[in-house]
Amino acid sequence: MIVAVASGKGGTGKTTVATSLALALGSRSQILDCDVEEPNCHILLKPEITDSYPVNLPVPSVDKEKCSLCGKCGEVCQFSAIVLIGQTVLTFPELCHGCGACSILCPERAIQEVPRRLGVIEMGFVKDVEFVQGRIRIGEAMSPPLIREVKTRINRDKVAILDAPPGASCPVITTVKNSDFVIMVTEPTPFGLNDLEIAVEAIEDLGIPMGVVINRCDIGDSDSKDYCARKGLPLLMEIPNHRKIAEGYARGVPLVESMPEYVDKFRNMSDYILNNKH
Amino acid sequence: MKIAVTSTGKTLESAIDPRFGRAPYILIIESEDGELLEAIDNAANSGAFRGAGIQAAKAVADRKVGVLLTGHCGPNAFSALEAAGVKVGTEQKGTALDAIERFKKNEIVFAAKPNAEAHW
Repeated sequence: MIVAVASGKGGTGKTTVATSLALALGSRSQILDCDVEEPNCHILLKPEITDSYPVNLPVPSVDKEKCSLCGKCGEVCQFSAIVLIGQTVLTFPELCHGCGACSILCPERAIQEVPRRLGVIEMGFVKDVEFVQGRIRIGEAMSPPLIREVKTRINRDKVAILDAPPGASCPVITTVKNSDFVIMVTEPTPFGLNDLEIAVEAIEDLGIPMGVVINRCDIGDSDSKDYCARKGLPLLMEIPNHRKIAEGYARGVPLVESMPEYVDKFRNMSDYILNNKH
Repeated sequence: MKIAVTSTGKTLESAIDPRFGRAPYILIIESEDGELLEAIDNAANSGAFRGAGIQAAKAVADRKVGVLLTGHCGPNAFSALEAAGVKVGTEQKGTALDAIERFKKNEIVFAAKPNAEAHW
């Protein structure tokens, strides 16, 4: 089973929920940090990294001797990463999505694919929980291919928990796609609700069942709860704005360790998801 | 020589659009007699997610234009135009007619580098 933890707004508690769910399920779970631009599950989980490998995207390199200036490469590229202009073929590697169409279509076989470094995948363990994270190269702007690589490490025999980036754009959709269930983490404020609505709309288009966790449930207003009721979104859990949780978080201690009574709550949530997934 | 001017409209009297890649129209003008040869509809490009400047540069280069007069030109468009041997006059204001007039009076200072950031 694949469970993605997402949110519209940043800082609502995705990582808190994802890491505690993984720890509560123990050896039955695997956690994959898909927020490759700022992976932070490792701060709470302190995994032992046992393996890592670089991830590259194949981008075109043109042999000007062989090139006959036919321009087929530029016609097929949807991102203007390669273009015939005047008497030269120019490439813009940072625009390339790595589809390979230009090199396949080149009648002169003048286009070779060369690697552009996107980032690294790191794997290891937190006690008996499998841990995977992607880390993007500083300066790199294209995260979806790296997120897809993180997802190739999903262990189908486990409950794979994906910690998604915030928002509702390509990196979020790339993470959430093909999940069996999405946990939306929000806070009961106008800001939380605004961004929750945007994210829910995006996930609805993917047709994946969702549930909501309201973090710091005793602050703000009741509008988020009303929204969930109106939308028929199940309220999976409410986490209070408790001093013990905040103190633990500030020291890098996961929620289920600073409040062990939450272990059962997370296990119950997992059971609910198992019965209501795709 | 052909001159390209980025424009908000299809005529020489239309205001210059300061954007290169995302201008609604690119006017192709013969500098000898000031005749408007073509108004390239750049609509498809102006809505592009990324790479608008590169495609606009290709459209200009394919028409064997020698000089482009516009407002801003980003790094990708600039290197594409440079590769095609198109000289770029930036910071242009007013109408295409005004820009052509400045060109005829040798008042255009051609850019040696891009004057805008790449758009993400």
